[in-house]
Amino acid sequence: MASQHGTPPVFSNKLVAWIDHRLPIFSYIEKEYHTFPMPRNVNYFWNFGAIATILLVLMIATGVVLATNYTAHVDFAFQSVERIDRDVAQGWLIRDLHMNGASFFFIAVYIHMFRGLYYGSYKAPRELLWILGVVILLLLMATAFMGYVLPWGQMSFWGATVITNLFSAIPVVGPSIVEWLWGGFAVENPTLNRFFALHYLLPFVIVGVVALHVVALHQHGSNNPLGIDPKGPQDTVPFHPYLTMKDGFGVMVFLLVFCAFVFFAPDYLGHPDNYVKADPLVTPPHIVPEWYFLPFYAILRAVPDKLGGVIAMFAAIAVLFILPWLDTSRVKSCTFRPIYKWFVFVLLIDCVILGFCGANPAEGFWVPLSQVATAYYFFHFLILLPVLGKIERPLPLPHSIADAVLKKKAG
Amino acid sequence: MVSSSTPAGAHGDPTRRDFLMVASGAMGAVGAAATAWPFINNLNPAADTLALASVEVNVSSLQVGQAITVKWRGKPVFIRRRTADEVKAAAAVKTSELPDPQADSARVKKDKAEWLVLVGVCTHLGCVPMGNKSGDLKGNFGGWFCPCHGSHYDTSGRIRKGPAPKNLEVPPYQFVSDTLVRIG
Repeated sequence: MASQHGTPPVFSNKLVAWIDHRLPIFSYIEKEYHTFPMPRNVNYFWNFGAIATILLVLMIATGVVLATNYTAHVDFAFQSVERIDRDVAQGWLIRDLHMNGASFFFIAVYIHMFRGLYYGSYKAPRELLWILGVVILLLLMATAFMGYVLPWGQMSFWGATVITNLFSAIPVVGPSIVEWLWGGFAVENPTLNRFFALHYLLPFVIVGVVALHVVALHQHGSNNPLGIDPKGPQDTVPFHPYLTMKDGFGVMVFLLVFCAFVFFAPDYLGHPDNYVKADPLVTPPHIVPEWYFLPFYAILRAVPDKLGGVIAMFAAIAVLFILPWLDTSRVKSCTFRPIYKWFVFVLLIDCVILGFCGANPAEGFWVPLSQVATAYYFFHFLILLPVLGKIERPLPLPHSIADAVLKKKAG
Repeated sequence: MVSSSTPAGAHGDPTRRDFLMVASGAMGAVGAAATAWPFINNLNPAADTLALASVEVNVSSLQVGQAITVKWRGKPVFIRRRTADEVKAAAAVKTSELPDPQADSARVKKDKAEWLVLVGVCTHLGCVPMGNKSGDLKGNFGGWFCPCHGSHYDTSGRIRKGPAPKNLEVPPYQFVSDTLVRIG
């Protein structure tokens, strides 16, 4: 499909032509980001891949600058972050961009994933594309978790303690694994050092997996709101200028909201306890992870057994790996799935409920509520999805993208 | 059997080349594992961290019913001088009813039942339970309460209710004298 727009480009600039003959970067950009055929009907939900990419660049840029002023030592880490906030020139801005950038990265990624869920973007032939996406999510979670430890506040310390202790649930070798992760007998200086090293490394691993994600995407091209393949040039538009402009506009709107937080409410998404220096002898009465981990935290606490809770939490992500094979419906887009389309929204609401459960103490009605919501989460993927695909009667699919788009315009 | 017209080694008979492939492959795997090991082991606690530091604590100022927290190997250690009622309550529990059955007598030194020494780390996910300071919540069983995920420990530091799987750990310690405890 990518080749349908014809012959390799001829470059009029001699230097460009000379380079391209030896290192075809210009041909590559031409093919993948200029003439690359995009379905003509993609909507604004298709912006979030580009938005996430921009945020990845932003996080690496701000992160490298922050690292020049950060000290990864238990005695100095908290001070050095405060110094970045107060004394370092524009340090407050770089830090607030980085801190809120993490949250908005997750916002973009979660919207990107729900887009995929609703329009069936994970189905053949895009299974590996989806799986690479889940790998990126896992790497992102690991990176965000370790980054949150670096300021060495109370939430940093106790978040690190609780999350690393998850591995102690593994029978027999669990405690040894936890000491191996810590490099000691508690979260201490060796832990902080290695988290900093890995927090610096993993974003570049993410860049690598994102590259594979894009290669897999461009193999069969983007899915679209109708979930049917483009049949020819009448169904597509070239990536440039149509999608560069549309993505650019979406990025601007997204960054506008992002900047509103950075400049007017930089700590809104954080937790005040993290402005208290880590104290290994005092656990804050109510510890919570960052908002983007809350649904998974609720699943962890919903199971009244240590190992069971840990397994359920990891299973909540693991189930996404097999999603392409759990969905038995042959129709991709929920536009043509009259029953399932509502259940995608029910799942969304379920995840929000889990988020609230994770944010509140595990007591009173939050406990049964998180248990019901956890059960529903797994019910959706493991039972509803396979069964509904068999019994649901999809609406008739349009003949082509052009057909559907032009009919809609005419009618 | 191999007919004379087929080359030796066809039909699954191993040849010298097959043997060399397997042998060198196995050697390569061993080499890769041996090379990986220093990198993995490097992350384990270093010798200075491992050197089992001990702390000595003077407990002479501790009144009955009071408790203190000291730091040992980066972790809090609770030392509680229990009241007679607390000791009685801890001893009265049938061990068969406990999630992690252990008699109170097995968790204290002989003739020192008044003194309870525990690693103050919840066996669930590692938070420090409340109950060592006066005015703290002590949970439903008068011992400690972990606010993170709601584990209740009794006056012997045994898990009674909540997600924690095990009793609070008793560290290695000894009474050097009546008022001096060496932990570690």
